[in-house]
Amino acid sequence: MWIYEKKLQYPVRIGKCDLKMARYLLTQYGGPDGELSAAIRYLNQRYTIPTNEAKALLTDIGTEELAHVEIITTMIYQLTKDATVEQLEAANLGSFYAIRDGALFPSDANGVPWTAGYIQAHADPITDLHEDMAAEQKARSTYENLIKLTDDPGIKDALSFLREREVVHFQRFGEALRIVQEYQQAKKVY
Amino acid sequence: MNERAELLLQIQEAEFAAVELQLYLDTHMYDQKALMEFNHYSNLIATLKHEYEMKYGPLLNFGFSPSQYPWRWLESPWPWEEQY
Ligand SMILES: [Fe+2]
Repeated sequence: MWIYEKKLQYPVRIGKCDLKMARYLLTQYGGPDGELSAAIRYLNQRYTIPTNEAKALLTDIGTEELAHVEIITTMIYQLTKDATVEQLEAANLGSFYAIRDGALFPSDANGVPWTAGYIQAHADPITDLHEDMAAEQKARSTYENLIKLTDDPGIKDALSFLREREVVHFQRFGEALRIVQEYQQAKKVY
Repeated sequence: MNERAELLLQIQEAEFAAVELQLYLDTHMYDQKALMEFNHYSNLIATLKHEYEMKYGPLLNFGFSPSQYPWRWLESPWPWEEQY
């Protein structure tokens, strides 16, 4: 069960309409290493992971990733909500407007729809946790690219927060991996 | 920053500390100091949340927050509309 909390995890300060940046940010909504992929990846892997530490971590990080989806979609919404059709066209977003006006849609920065092909699940806890650690690093790299694509202090600030979370998640998954390895060793011994 | 946003920021800060400690405790279940800190933030969140909800309406759905009359869950701004 999930409960909704009517607030963002981190305050997002968006000053002005910036359509180019909104388009780049889409990749962290519905792109391969985006927040939606992260949430689904972790919440889906919980069922077959053997240790309680990893069950808790996949549940908690998966839940936090859902809050990150909301931060990213809020940024995209606020950056685009005041745009005119002419501005959208000028920012190469005319094709996005033609399909769905200003509605949000989980796609990458090129408009390619989100797909479950972006996630992996193998039941082998060593395999899954390595997948998760790699995913966190890929998300970190993507945030670093995005930070270089803007000079807006409000956007940079929110992206830096999200980048930092990926670093922490990587660290915790690494600890969960070590615990799983110890658990498997102990099973072999006795 | 208005008074509501100020109080919300305090909740965001306390909840962030709790999220961070929760993830840490998931892989360090015997760390008593971290557990004490976690319980400290848990209490702080409850106090701040109570103050916020009395003034500005429910933060959580499905019975985890009470509401005054009329049903205050509907009140704007929603999180994606928040202007800082
Ligand atoms: Fe993450």
